[in-house]
Amino acid sequence: MAVLTVEDVGLSFAGVRAIDGVSFEVGPTELFAVIGPNGAGKTSIFNVLSGVYRPQRGKVVFLETELLGRRPDEIAAMGLARTFQNVELFHNLTVLDNLMLGRHCHFGYGTLSAIAWFGRARRQELEARARIEDIIDFLELAAWRRHPVRLLPYGIQKRVELGRALAMEPRLLLLDEPVAGMNLEETEDMARFVLDIRDELGIPIVLVDHDMGLVMDLADRVLVLDFGRQVALGTPAEVQRDPKVIEAYLGGTA
Amino acid sequence: MTDTRSTAKAEVPDTPAGRSRRPRGRPLLYTSYTQDMALLDTRAKKIWTGLLVLLALSLSVVLADRSLEVLAGAYVLAIGAIGLNIVTGYAGQVSLGHAFFVAIGAYTAAAVSGPRGGEHLGLGLAEIWIWLPAAGLVAALFGVLVAPLATRLRGLYLAVVTLGLVFLGEHVFKEWDHLTGGPGVGREAAVPQLFGLPLDQDGFATKEQQLYVLMLVLLIVFAVAARNLARSRIGRAFSAIRDRDIAAAVIGVPLTRYKVLAFGISSFYAGCAGGLFYSISGYVEPGSFSLLLSVQFIAMVLIGGVATVSGAIAGALFISLLQPITRSLPELLPIVSADTTVTPNVFQVETVLYGLLIILFLVFEPRGLFGIWIRVRTYWKSWPFSY
Ligand SMILES: Nc1ncnc2c1ncn2[C@@H]1O[C@H](COP(=O)(O)OP(=O)(O)OP(=O)(O)O)[C@@H](O)[C@H]1O
Ligand SMILES: [Mg+2]
Repeated sequence: MAVLTVEDVGLSFAGVRAIDGVSFEVGPTELFAVIGPNGAGKTSIFNVLSGVYRPQRGKVVFLETELLGRRPDEIAAMGLARTFQNVELFHNLTVLDNLMLGRHCHFGYGTLSAIAWFGRARRQELEARARIEDIIDFLELAAWRRHPVRLLPYGIQKRVELGRALAMEPRLLLLDEPVAGMNLEETEDMARFVLDIRDELGIPIVLVDHDMGLVMDLADRVLVLDFGRQVALGTPAEVQRDPKVIEAYLGGTA
Repeated sequence: MTDTRSTAKAEVPDTPAGRSRRPRGRPLLYTSYTQDMALLDTRAKKIWTGLLVLLALSLSVVLADRSLEVLAGAYVLAIGAIGLNIVTGYAGQVSLGHAFFVAIGAYTAAAVSGPRGGEHLGLGLAEIWIWLPAAGLVAALFGVLVAPLATRLRGLYLAVVTLGLVFLGEHVFKEWDHLTGGPGVGREAAVPQLFGLPLDQDGFATKEQQLYVLMLVLLIVFAVAARNLARSRIGRAFSAIRDRDIAAAVIGVPLTRYKVLAFGISSFYAGCAGGLFYSISGYVEPGSFSLLLSVQFIAMVLIGGVATVSGAIAGALFISLLQPITRSLPELLPIVSADTTVTPNVFQVETVLYGLLIILFLVFEPRGLFGIWIRVRTYWKSWPFSY
């Protein structure tokens, strides 16, 4: 049973077809990659899945529920987490607060309880803190716990953003270019985290990246896009042999 | 500094017993999350806060009645400033309409507590524990009604629209004289009566002493409530919306609901401040709720420190203590008039002064008085090494 089913989704902006009839499925423990040249529509697909953009046509089913037409916060509450291509952290807050925000949907206390900081509020905050510490250990963020994220190096910010998504305890994780702009060592670290998330935490992942080596090494299946259209879909080996993919990447597109 | 703190605590599990002792001389070594997440997380903070409260209380017997009255007013304005800080500092929704919500609170309180069947609208319920929540709730209701604007407008546009509220309010309050007494006349304000004891008349102590202690206690209650709110899921969600609203929505924060909540809570604080403030002088005049009052609150928040409760309090004290000085200007500088119809008058000088202060702080210390305090503290911590 697929976790996510995308069926014939089409999205356009005043004439620009950002996504043009894309369909795919993501399995329960799959690491699914989406690749394509700049402007191919990869980020747009993530924006559709997380409710930021509303496509003109198509169907998206996540855990047997239709996603289209729902607000981003409703989709988040259903268990869909993502990271952004350009880090979108809460810049004035510390690493701890950013991670605690990831758990927003898991709290069940109200305003009055928060103001009194008693009973439910206090207990749940302490519980959440313990969970967050596990993520801090897992992503090796301990040294930065109390730093405002805007002061952190880019690579660490990317990791904090991944941590925030994990704190949501997602049932599907979307990663938009997690290693963009990273050096070799940071890339290897991130690759290790991605594999651990899938293998140890059992969370299915959709990965977008321009780093072909990384994608081909990690992914179970790959979807190739060009100008919003689906060029190929298959295992890394199949996709690499596909002449249409080679054409899209080697500039036969003009 | 921060590193010792983080690594010290990294692997230590939460001790369920809660209050565990920490070794002496290691103020930043936490042995449980309870300790780490406490409001006053170091011994120094506990001691200083305690001393400050004691000092404030002891002022009630030390200071002259006139000064106590000014300070009591400052404490009430601090409640209002904390309120503005919730919506503007934490949630990032710039509001110039704070004076409007203060007015709603002032008139709700006056109407609930005013004598029944008198010259002005009155329900005859003078007990403070009735009219204070009423003032807060009615103002909060207006805040909630206005909030949906914030989901459509941002930044400057929101500021201008909330400014419109102030003008609208000014007009209504001038016209509706059964409620407000009309411009230049005004009406009696809410009576601070506690269990049958009118605190605005000499009783256990002088009128000013009673009011001073009342306002101090209320300020502490409102400040602690705001601190708790700020460190809860709700305060975090507010900051998330301020810093990056799309990301906030994508991690599960419903934007509309939280903006409405921020306006509601902020207006609740404003309403309570409005009800309390005029109960000190015993009199409300509809001309008080002009743009100047909104600007005053913004100055308090910016000068004190955005998104800190202690900053809002410091800013309110600063501005309130500045006022007796500016109000005595006409005696020192004859060109400055005390009459609002003459230019230049005291109120114009005040507006310009607040503007200047806001600009100076924004340029030189955007974190406000709170930022200056942090700098002084780090200076002494690292003394004699100056880096
Ligand atoms: N909000 C928007 N308004 C108008 N056009 C948009 C918007 N978002 C995306 N587009 C357009 O949609 C197309 C796909 O953009 P998208 O960001 O999805 O590409 P991408 O595959 O993520 O590219 P990159 O590899 O550069 O990140 C582009 O032509 C882009 O200009
Ligand atoms: Mg992109």
